[in-house]
Amino acid sequence: MQISLTVNGERHRVDVEPRRTLADALREDLGLTGTHLGCEHGVCGACTIVVDGRPVRACLMFAVQADGASIATVEGLAADDGTLHPLQEAFSRCHGLQCGACTPGMLMTALHLLDTEPAPSRDRIRAEMAGNICRCTGYVGIVDAVESAAARQRELAPEA
Amino acid sequence: MKCPPFDYHRATGVADAVATLDAAGDEGKILAGGQSLVPVLALRMARPAVLVDINHVPGLSSLEVRGDTLHLGALVRHLTLAEQDQHPLLAEAARWIGHTAIRSRGTVAGSLAHADPSAELPSVLLACDGAVQVAGPGATRRVGAADLFVGALQTDLGDAEMITEVELPVPDGWGFSEFARRHGDFAVVSAVATRFGDRIRVVIGGVAGVPHLVSPPDSTPDLLTVSGAVQDDRVAEIADAAARGVEPASDLHGSADHRRALTREVVRRAVAQLAGTPTSDRTPVPA
Repeated sequence: MQISLTVNGERHRVDVEPRRTLADALREDLGLTGTHLGCEHGVCGACTIVVDGRPVRACLMFAVQADGASIATVEGLAADDGTLHPLQEAFSRCHGLQCGACTPGMLMTALHLLDTEPAPSRDRIRAEMAGNICRCTGYVGIVDAVESAAARQRELAPEA
Repeated sequence: MKCPPFDYHRATGVADAVATLDAAGDEGKILAGGQSLVPVLALRMARPAVLVDINHVPGLSSLEVRGDTLHLGALVRHLTLAEQDQHPLLAEAARWIGHTAIRSRGTVAGSLAHADPSAELPSVLLACDGAVQVAGPGATRRVGAADLFVGALQTDLGDAEMITEVELPVPDGWGFSEFARRHGDFAVVSAVATRFGDRIRVVIGGVAGVPHLVSPPDSTPDLLTVSGAVQDDRVAEIADAAARGVEPASDLHGSADHRRALTREVVRRAVAQLAGTPTSDRTPVPA
């Protein structure tokens, strides 16, 4: 099936088998391997991306269902000149990652959280990030990173 | 972990979806939010030949109160259920479904049709004595909550039938309590308590193949003293009776004894919340 979708602002047309998940279409057909796959049945959160403004498990959506959708993936976070997004910078600084397998999903989940709640409490951060599993960090660095990035973003764009 | 091949049909309307399902015999499945169906396919627990995607069917995303009942289109997402304020019990229960990334896709009718025994919405439907409107080949019908759930992951729906609308009466009082290993995990045991007029209904999830309904024999809610305090002993009686009445199974997530003990506690919390004031020793449930 021919579908068209916009990923990080760029329009793509791809021909996919109906059973192709959106995660596989991004990785295999578009070469955007920043979106990682862990469990491939919706439990681990590694493949979380933002579809039409809402976080989605890319392994639980077929690419044919994303026909016409606007998608944000981890590749779109850093600026064109390579400057890291405040979340990426904070994950690096706060040891919010070790092996990096879960990190793209963590970042996209946190991105949506900070888009909707600029100043979440640590409890809120923990609750929202609970759908993403990390085997390395023990989560404290991840919560620190999201909290730190939220503070940085509020500095960069203070509310009018 | 790749899904088996299937033919994909993007339905343009309810009649088109039903006709496609009808032509597929027992080989068709509806694809709504996909949050339960896609894992089933990925794990190869089912191999339907045809998936009928209803996400583009117009008119299935409405949400409105008519009389004392909230009417929900089949495609209303869990995030919307959690954000609406017309049915507070439904909003609270929806916040316990999975995680944000699950709630942004999962649908109200999909959860009911999947009929997972630990899911929140089947218990809410039964506790509110709600019903679903069902479209099938050449006919529509209304199925009450008590008749919809037949067994674990089994409903009264035929192969070519689909839920088009969910009717959820708004209770006069309610309570909700759930125990899960982590917020967002499948519930080990959950309890929903409702009051319509003088009648109390308590539904326990996770202890049987279908939501387990308990109607306290003394349905007059003498749960409060004249000064308005919760009658802890009455609440405890209801919780004890509920725990005695369930026959839970043991599995990976908890033994039968553990589930019975949890039943007593979640029912106590739900009924205490229903009664209006949390009891003093009520420990907060982690958010």
